[in-house]
Amino acid sequence: MSTLEMKSRMIENQDAVSFTRRAFLKLTATAAIGGGLMLGFGLPARGEVRDSLTTNAPFAPNAFLRIDRAGKVTFVMPMIEMGQGTYTSLPMLIAEELEVDIDKVVIEHSPPDDKVYVNRLIGVQMTGGSTAIRATYVPLRHAGATARVMLVTAAAKRWNVDPSRCHAKNGVVVHGPTGGRLDYGSLVDDAAKLPVPDNVTLKASAEFKLIGTPHRRLDTAGKVDGSAKFGIDSRLPGMKFAVVAISPTFGGKLVSVDEAKAKAMKGVSQVVRLDDAVAIVAVHTWAAKQGLVAAAPQWDPGPNTTVSTADIIAQLAAASEKAGAVARHDGDAAGAIARATRKVDAVYQQPFLAHATMEPMNCTVHVTKDSCDVWVGTQVPGLTQAAVMKVTGMEREQVRIHNHLLGGGFGRRLEYDGTVRAVRIAQRVEGPVQVIWTREEDIQHDMYRPYYYDRISAGIDAKGKAVAWSHRITGSSIIARYNPAWIKDGIDPDAVENSANLPYAFKDIHVEWVAQEPPTGIQTSWWRGVGITRGTFVVESFIDELAANAKQDPLAYRLALLDKNPRAKSVLQIVAKRSGWGKKLPAGNGRGIALCTGFGSFIAQVVQVTVDAKGAVKPTHVWCVVDCGIAVNPDTISAQMESGIIFGLSAALYGEITIKDGRVEQTNFGDYRVLRINEIPQIKVHLVKSTEAPGGIGEPGTSCLMPALTNAIYAATGKRIRKLPIRMEEAV
Amino acid sequence: MISLKVNGKEYEMEVSPDTPLLWVIRENLGLTGTKYGCGMAQCGACTVHINGEAVRSCVTPVTRAAGQEVTTIEGLSPDLSHPLQRAWIAEDVPQCGYCQSGQIMAAAVLLREKPRPTDEDIDRAMAGNLCRCGTYPRIRKAIHRAARMMAKGGAK
Repeated sequence: MSTLEMKSRMIENQDAVSFTRRAFLKLTATAAIGGGLMLGFGLPARGEVRDSLTTNAPFAPNAFLRIDRAGKVTFVMPMIEMGQGTYTSLPMLIAEELEVDIDKVVIEHSPPDDKVYVNRLIGVQMTGGSTAIRATYVPLRHAGATARVMLVTAAAKRWNVDPSRCHAKNGVVVHGPTGGRLDYGSLVDDAAKLPVPDNVTLKASAEFKLIGTPHRRLDTAGKVDGSAKFGIDSRLPGMKFAVVAISPTFGGKLVSVDEAKAKAMKGVSQVVRLDDAVAIVAVHTWAAKQGLVAAAPQWDPGPNTTVSTADIIAQLAAASEKAGAVARHDGDAAGAIARATRKVDAVYQQPFLAHATMEPMNCTVHVTKDSCDVWVGTQVPGLTQAAVMKVTGMEREQVRIHNHLLGGGFGRRLEYDGTVRAVRIAQRVEGPVQVIWTREEDIQHDMYRPYYYDRISAGIDAKGKAVAWSHRITGSSIIARYNPAWIKDGIDPDAVENSANLPYAFKDIHVEWVAQEPPTGIQTSWWRGVGITRGTFVVESFIDELAANAKQDPLAYRLALLDKNPRAKSVLQIVAKRSGWGKKLPAGNGRGIALCTGFGSFIAQVVQVTVDAKGAVKPTHVWCVVDCGIAVNPDTISAQMESGIIFGLSAALYGEITIKDGRVEQTNFGDYRVLRINEIPQIKVHLVKSTEAPGGIGEPGTSCLMPALTNAIYAATGKRIRKLPIRMEEAV
Repeated sequence: MISLKVNGKEYEMEVSPDTPLLWVIRENLGLTGTKYGCGMAQCGACTVHINGEAVRSCVTPVTRAAGQEVTTIEGLSPDLSHPLQRAWIAEDVPQCGYCQSGQIMAAAVLLREKPRPTDEDIDRAMAGNLCRCGTYPRIRKAIHRAARMMAKGGAK
C-alpha cells in the first residue's frame, strides 16, 4: 500500500544501481522506520573496533568490501549493530557469495553517506524499520558475488584458462582440471584492474552454505571482555567531560546559573549556556555533575506549566470526535453498522513511552576552526552529518561522523537531537568534549512514543458475525516532523500501519487518521514497532472482543477471517498446536492469542498469564511462531523474538511516561520500570521454514506481545484491558 | 592522593574522595568496559568487584576501594578464557552488549558462592542487573553452562 509506493518513489530518486532497484521493489515491504540502524566504525571478528575506511586496500570493487594483499577481507556495514545481530547476518550475506571464512573477516562501520550506503527501502542511510535484511539481502550478496567473479577472472587470466573451469572456496581460487590454487590476496592487484561486471549470477538458495544455518554472533567477544566501544567509550587526548541539564519544563528557557559557584567546584572549567539548557564542562563527569548542582540553574518555565497527561488525553479525545483523513474505505461501513443488529464500540489508549536505552544519550565532539568530528552511536549517520553541517555551517568534508556500536537503539538513535545539542556545546569548548546525559535527563528529555487514542466500532449481525469495521486513529504524526514528504493525502503511512492494512477480511471497512500533536516541546518519535505496535494492539484486542461477543474461540474467530492470508493463518495454527491451545487451565490463569503482520513477516504468539485476587498480573509462558521468509541467521531471529517479547512485556506491564506541571514525572529505572530477570516468562520460539523473501524481525515480537498478553488477561478474568500500561482496576 | 589497585595494577591519583569509583575507572583509568547506566545502583551496568565482592561502582566512593583489590571486566581473564565469557559466547548472549560487563561480573560472584545455582538462585543474584534487550533467558542458560564447565574443571 502507500508505504511501499512512497518508498518506491524515494528509491527512484536515488541513483541506485539498477539491479538492486528491481530486486528491492520485489520485496513486499511495509517498512516503517522503527527499530534498527547503521553507521561507521569497524569491528573485526574478534570484537576490536576501529574507525571506518582506515585502510586503503588495493581491491575495493564496491563500497561494502575490501581485500588487501595479505588476503585480509574487510566488510563495511551499511547498517549499524545495536543488538539485532546485523553485524553477523549482513557479513553472512557477503561471505556466502564471496566465499571467504566469515570468522576471519574484519567488520567496519560505514561512514556517513546517504547514497552509497542508502537503505533502499527508506531512501537514506538508516538502520530502522526492521529493514536491515530486507534492504540488503540482494545488494550485499551481489557485492560479494561481483568481487568473487573478478577474483576468479583474474586467476583464470593468469593461468590462461577458461574461468568457467575455476571456482572460489574459502578465500582461494581453484582451477578444477589442474588443481591450481591462488589465494585472494595474490589476485587483488590484477582483479582491481578488471571492469566491474554488471550481471553476476547469485547462488540459488539450495547452494547456500551460510544463509539459513545458525552462525554465532561475530560481535560477542568484545562484549564480554569490555573492549567493545560504544559512543560513550570514546576517549581522546585532552578530552573534557560535560553534563547537560535541559529545562525541566517543556518549552522552558534558561534564566540564570551561578557560574562562580559552579567554577569553584574542583575540576570544573566552564559553564556553557544554551537557550534552553546549561552544560557544565569539567575534567571528569563527576566534577561536572557536582558543578551542575552548584550552578543551581534557574528556569523560565515557559507556557506549559499547567500541562498534564490528563490535558493531553482530553485533547486527543476531543480530536478523535472529528472526521479524519481517510486511510481506507471499502464498501459502506457506516451504513452497515447502522443496519446491524448490534454495535460494539471501544476506545483504546496507549501511553507515551521512553526508550530507556541502557547507554544513555551521549556524544563526543571536537570542533576546530575548520572541522567538526563527532563520535556517537547513531542509526542515521547521513542525517546526523547533515544536521551537524547545518549547525556549524561547515561543508560535508569538514564534518566527520565516527559511528559506534549502539548501547540500544529502539528508535531513539534515529534522532540526532543529542548530537546537535552536543555540537552547540562543543562550539564553545576548546578541544574535544564528551557530553553525557544523566539517566534522569535521558528519561525526562526523550522523544517519546506518541500517546495514541483509537476509537473503533463494529456492526454485528443477528448470528453474531461482525459485518463492518470502522476505526479512527488519533495521535501525533512522527512522519510529519521527520519527513513530511512521506505524508500522502493527509495520511501518515506509519500511524495507520496494521489498521488500514489489517490482516482480517471485512467487506465494509473504514479507517481514518486524525493528527493531534501534544503541546509544543513534547517531542514524539519512533519506538520499537512504531505504527505496527500501535495498530496490532488495537486490532488484535478488538478482534478478541468481537470473538468474545460472538461467544467464539478467539483462534477460530481469527482463522475464519484470514482465508486470503495463508501465511497469517498458518502461524496462528502452528502456535495453537505448539502451545496446546484450548487446554484447560487452573482458575486465575488464561491464555491469549495475537497475530502481527508487518515488516514483511508474520508472527503469532500465545501468552499464558496468572492474575491473582489482588489483580497482580504474572505472564508465565509465551509461545511465539515466526514466518519471516528466508531466515538468514535463524538463532538471531529467535533472539530478536525473545528480546521483542521482553521489551513488550516491560511496556505493557509498566511502561508509561506521564506529565505533570509541564514536566515528565519519571526519572530513572525506579519509576520507569523495565522487566528484570526474575519476572520473565518461559519463552518458546519456533521458526517456520520458508523460501519467501526475508522479512524484518527486530520489531514485530514487541508489537505482537502486548495484545496477546491483554487477551490472556481477558481469558483469565473476563476483564478487558483497553488502556496501557495494564492496571486491573482500569479494565472493563 | 589515592592509591588504587585495579586488575592487579597499582595507580596513584589525585581525585576528590567522594568521586564514585565508576568515573575513576572509566575516565581516570580509561577502562571503559564498566558502564554508566543509572548512577544510583538501579541497573547494575557498573558492577565491579572489590576483594571479590560485587559492588555498584556508580555509588561506591573511590575511597572505599583504596588499598583494596578492584577487578573490572577487563581483569576477568586476559584471553576470554573465563568460563562465563566462554559460556556467554557459546549461548550468543549479548545483543547490544552494553549491560553485559555488569551481568558477567554479577554472575561471577554468584558462581563462586553457588557453584551449581538453580534458576531461583540466578533470579535472586541477577535481579539487580537490567538488560533492555531482554537477553535474560540466555543469561540464565549461560550461567548454567558456565557452572557445568567449572564443575568439569574448566575454572581458572
